[in-house]
Amino acid sequence: MEFGFFTVYLRDMTRYVRFRTQLLSSLIMPAVWLAFFGVSMASNLDRLSDASAIPGVLNISYLTFMGAGVIAMTTLFTSIYGGFVLLFDKNWGLMREIMASPLPRRDIVIGIAGSGVTKSWIQTTVVILFGLLLGVHFFTGQSPLRTVVSFGGIFLFVALFSAGFVFLSAALALSMDSPEGFQGITTLLTMPLFFVSNALYPITGLPQILQDIAVVNPLSHLVRGIRYFAIGDDFTAVGMHIVTTPGEVLISLGVLFIFVVIMFAFALRQVNRTVVT
Amino acid sequence: MNGNIITVEHLSHAYGDLQAVRNISFTVKKGEIFSFLGPNGAGKSTAISVLITLLSLQQGTVTIAGYDLKENPNGIRRSIGIVFQEITLDRDMNVRETLEFHGRLYNIPHDERKKRTQNLLELVELEDKADVLTRHLSGGMKRRLEIARGLMTRPEVLFLDEPTIGLDPQTRMRVWEYLEEVNRAGTTIFLTTHYMDEADHLSDEIAIIDHGKIIVTGTPDTLKNTLGEDLIVIASDQNERAAEILSVMDGVKEVTIRNDELLIMVTGDGSVHLPVFIQELSRHEIQINSVNLKKPSMDDVFLHYTGRGLRAEETDNGTKEQKRRG
Repeated sequence: MEFGFFTVYLRDMTRYVRFRTQLLSSLIMPAVWLAFFGVSMASNLDRLSDASAIPGVLNISYLTFMGAGVIAMTTLFTSIYGGFVLLFDKNWGLMREIMASPLPRRDIVIGIAGSGVTKSWIQTTVVILFGLLLGVHFFTGQSPLRTVVSFGGIFLFVALFSAGFVFLSAALALSMDSPEGFQGITTLLTMPLFFVSNALYPITGLPQILQDIAVVNPLSHLVRGIRYFAIGDDFTAVGMHIVTTPGEVLISLGVLFIFVVIMFAFALRQVNRTVVT
Repeated sequence: MNGNIITVEHLSHAYGDLQAVRNISFTVKKGEIFSFLGPNGAGKSTAISVLITLLSLQQGTVTIAGYDLKENPNGIRRSIGIVFQEITLDRDMNVRETLEFHGRLYNIPHDERKKRTQNLLELVELEDKADVLTRHLSGGMKRRLEIARGLMTRPEVLFLDEPTIGLDPQTRMRVWEYLEEVNRAGTTIFLTTHYMDEADHLSDEIAIIDHGKIIVTGTPDTLKNTLGEDLIVIASDQNERAAEILSVMDGVKEVTIRNDELLIMVTGDGSVHLPVFIQELSRHEIQINSVNLKKPSMDDVFLHYTGRGLRAEETDNGTKEQKRRG
């Protein structure tokens, strides 16, 4: 057995741990969203949503609703930069060494996706813990065993989503020459994905055209999975009654799976085409 | 086995319409130091990039350490070490991690990896820098680390592309010493350089390459001897006329004019010919301003075969380097 991707994985994780700024900034951003945007919005919206609560159905605060969105957002922003290092390796670093070695090229993108997923898991855990501290009501009424299962479910969704976006990020990094170009493209990609999703508000309240886009948005499927496991399958939030069936969760899982496969194929194509001399 | 560790036949490589390497063939014997000598843009780096599997093989056949490049590139990858022209270290890894990472890329088992890392750090005298990030190393240390990295897999052939570019004279000498030591231990060395003295000093065999073609191959001494045993340089007030007179004289192989000087390649002892030449020129009332007698250098060899010096290319190269680093 060869675990060539582990070499790439280990190297990226070493950098992540060594350079605390990347680690800290990636943890502070979601905290700021939760603590400022989340708390402020909740203090306004909760008055309205409490009025439209349905008797017998769990009514959750905006902060709890948005908590799932912040996990998803953090995963998105971290993962879309996951492959950035390859651009530097290609222009100024290790890529020649790697390309001239017997390491299969697919291991480059698999390794970098692996470290991207690990980083996302670390962030997810920190955001959940910080959220619980701030008053996010995750796993309410769940037995300890059920909480563990929920964590597993969230991790599975986060892993698929994160891997998909790191593959995309790697493919972009390998096909571009300038860091500025990469940053431009990723900003252009992530902002619409973020706003046309159910991360900050239920999509049922959006205009039809945006709803249609949101349906194919991987971010919406990630958020649906996280809410299903962290909050439940039947609740009201922001004046909307949200019911999620296991079938819908499976569909979301399936969409993310297809997304990963497509992005892996894209990354593989780019890494096989890459020539460095 | 015929003792050749590298055999290249009819290798060509083009970037679109630009033909960078044109039908070159050569062999490298096991255990020798072989150099590609030529100006920037001559096709040296392209040729080496094909050999080390970074560029695809478009035309020709290449066999290295018994492996065919087309059939078994991974066999070649496992048999060679590489030191690239530009620094290719991760600024964020320390010295030890750099070697460890390389060992992992080639699946060297843990204990063996640790052992080799330690030995190589000693070889290139970087033991006390083992935990320093590569970004904090000097240019010479970076080069030494890269040489150590190239040796991590105990390669049969070590490829180096312009190994001493941008290094100060003292550091260059150190790098040369390491390379000689490595070569003495049995590793074949293939290098490209545009420094005459480097090719002259290190190589057992030199191939002069220009415009994508190998112009001549030989040992440094053979190449220099083809120009004649001695070289007489005369500056006079009528160089063209002097050249005509001298070119028909006994013992003269060739007369060329370069930079307002006459270059006279002679067979046999130049110091014997020189007084005769001076007499003959005086008889024709040509005034001699200066006289110099020397052994041909690689510079002269290069000029002889390519018809141009390397000075312009060296300047070009300097600016290119600055741009890359900047």
